[in-house]
Amino acid sequence: MAAVNSVYGLFHGPHAAERGMNALRAAGIAPDQIIVMSPEPFEEYGFAQAERAKLMPWLVALGGVIGGTTGYLIAWYTQTAYPIVTGGMPIMAPWPTGIVTYELTMMGAIVTTLITLLIGSRLPNWKPKLYDPEISDGKILIGVVDPPDNARADIENRLRRAGAEQVKATGRFSAS
Amino acid sequence: MVAKTPEQINEDLLRPLSVTSGRYWVGLAFFSGIVVAALCAFLFQVYSGIGVAGIRRPVFWGFYITNFVFWIGLSHAGTLISAILRLANATWRRPVTRCAEVITVFALSIGATFPVIHLGRPWLAFWLFPYPTERGLWPNIRSPLLWDFFAINTYLLGSVTFLLLPMVPDFALVRDHAKTAVRKRIYTILALGWTGTPRQWHRLEKAMQIMAIAIIPVAVSVHSIVSWDFAMAPVPMWHSTIFAPYFVAGAIFSGIAALILAMALLRKLLHLEEYLLPIHFQNLGKLLLVMSLLWVYFVFAERLTTWYGNGSSEMAVFWLTQTGSYSPLFWTMVTCNFLIPFPILAIKKLRTITGTAIASFTVVIGMWLERFLIIVPSLSHKYLPYSWGTYRPTWVEITITAGTFAAMALLYMLFSKTVPIISIWELKWGRHEEPVRDPVLAQRDEEAMA
Repeated sequence: MAAVNSVYGLFHGPHAAERGMNALRAAGIAPDQIIVMSPEPFEEYGFAQAERAKLMPWLVALGGVIGGTTGYLIAWYTQTAYPIVTGGMPIMAPWPTGIVTYELTMMGAIVTTLITLLIGSRLPNWKPKLYDPEISDGKILIGVVDPPDNARADIENRLRRAGAEQVKATGRFSAS
Repeated sequence: MVAKTPEQINEDLLRPLSVTSGRYWVGLAFFSGIVVAALCAFLFQVYSGIGVAGIRRPVFWGFYITNFVFWIGLSHAGTLISAILRLANATWRRPVTRCAEVITVFALSIGATFPVIHLGRPWLAFWLFPYPTERGLWPNIRSPLLWDFFAINTYLLGSVTFLLLPMVPDFALVRDHAKTAVRKRIYTILALGWTGTPRQWHRLEKAMQIMAIAIIPVAVSVHSIVSWDFAMAPVPMWHSTIFAPYFVAGAIFSGIAALILAMALLRKLLHLEEYLLPIHFQNLGKLLLVMSLLWVYFVFAERLTTWYGNGSSEMAVFWLTQTGSYSPLFWTMVTCNFLIPFPILAIKKLRTITGTAIASFTVVIGMWLERFLIIVPSLSHKYLPYSWGTYRPTWVEITITAGTFAAMALLYMLFSKTVPIISIWELKWGRHEEPVRDPVLAQRDEEAMA
């Protein structure tokens, strides 16, 4: 894991984490410097609010349109490239074309969902800058990335007072 | 469930990944043996030619296509049921979804091998792909067999995605608890660097919502298309408009049964008694009951229409299954799909874990018979009586069929040793305490509402 300069507290339960977040906000820490990591989603709590993925459904719809267009073109080309009348149907038979178009529409939407999720979540990222394995045991990480040197003690105190079970530091702070 | 700490939940659900009992190895050896026997039978068929199977004029679709339809149907257990429960926000689904989604992926993979096995010359399987020959001739897109290619691949991709996405946070959890360097490395790769930031959680949830919406019509379309493999052909008892919903209902029916069976076995073998609760079996049992009634309705409607039409070719197949040579199989099917499960599932006292497992076991048998009875009697008694014939499966087909059931069990066993069979983070998520609201803000909200 690449070392990033950070100070963070590990909290037991969302209520304590909420207090930790409020303590950091009260200290005037900029929101983009505050980092939160949790073992499960806590979207009903203020500390775990994320920027909404408003674009995702639209991108998925676009993926579906691209997939459907591809399906239609495949169906059109394969039927007209070597025209054979089958079962009295027209060369460009609408019903089978609709089925292939539909299936590839859904495939396009599914692939786009996967891609937008990975890009939006910034995955894969096998070397995250900050992580603590205790998160897996139910702890919630609330911390500050790149805090000013002179603010470190204050942040640590605030996190402890808010109920952090442990307060840790990484990067150059861990050495001091 | 008694309130457990996150550490206890981790310990309970990660235990199967690290502790291996002697019983597990015996099971693994047993199912591997059957799979190897099936592979040998398949290689024998490849070496000797498709003539070693029992399929011959006029019955060209026998056990292999029965298995194809059966396994594709069974695949509706997971993704479809999981997606419906997810969208309905059924909180009891949390320990069930992964067990279900895994069935889909494995059943679909197994089902998709049967058209290839059935080909006789499997090395030419790529002819099924939308790919032109050297003369520029493409596969005929007006054939339902080609629709299968698109539908099954879309469903397989969707199901794998639907299964894998919620597994990523659990891979991270396994990574953090890995005891050996090799395991740590493998799960580090699989976890994709998941850290659990709000951004990641929000996007995962959003993606799962979209996938749940997208996968339901895909699942319905897959089995509709499988039914059209039959319904598009002017064969007695096949050329029916009811076939698509009839197949979809049957698929969900067999899928729920498979899910209950899998859950009952996992509960017993992996000691998940505190997670897979009687309420889960109760609820799934009710769903199975509804599907059993729906299945009977479809069977009745289909046969009533045939009987009223009184077409000579249709009636030949009709009587073949009601009173003729296939009638023992038909009435066994009715017994397995309705007469046994209905009272078990309808009477609350009988709808226990054992009761629902017994009902599910009979349904799985009944639904396999149903697939067989749709395919073989119709092909053996087509329009011209001079071409009527019979079908007898050979040892090759029986061995390969047994091998696929063993393959399902084997894959499931291997999966349960590598991935937590219950989604740990979703289970924990379902136990959240409500956030405490700031009284001042709460009062302000109430005033605003007023």
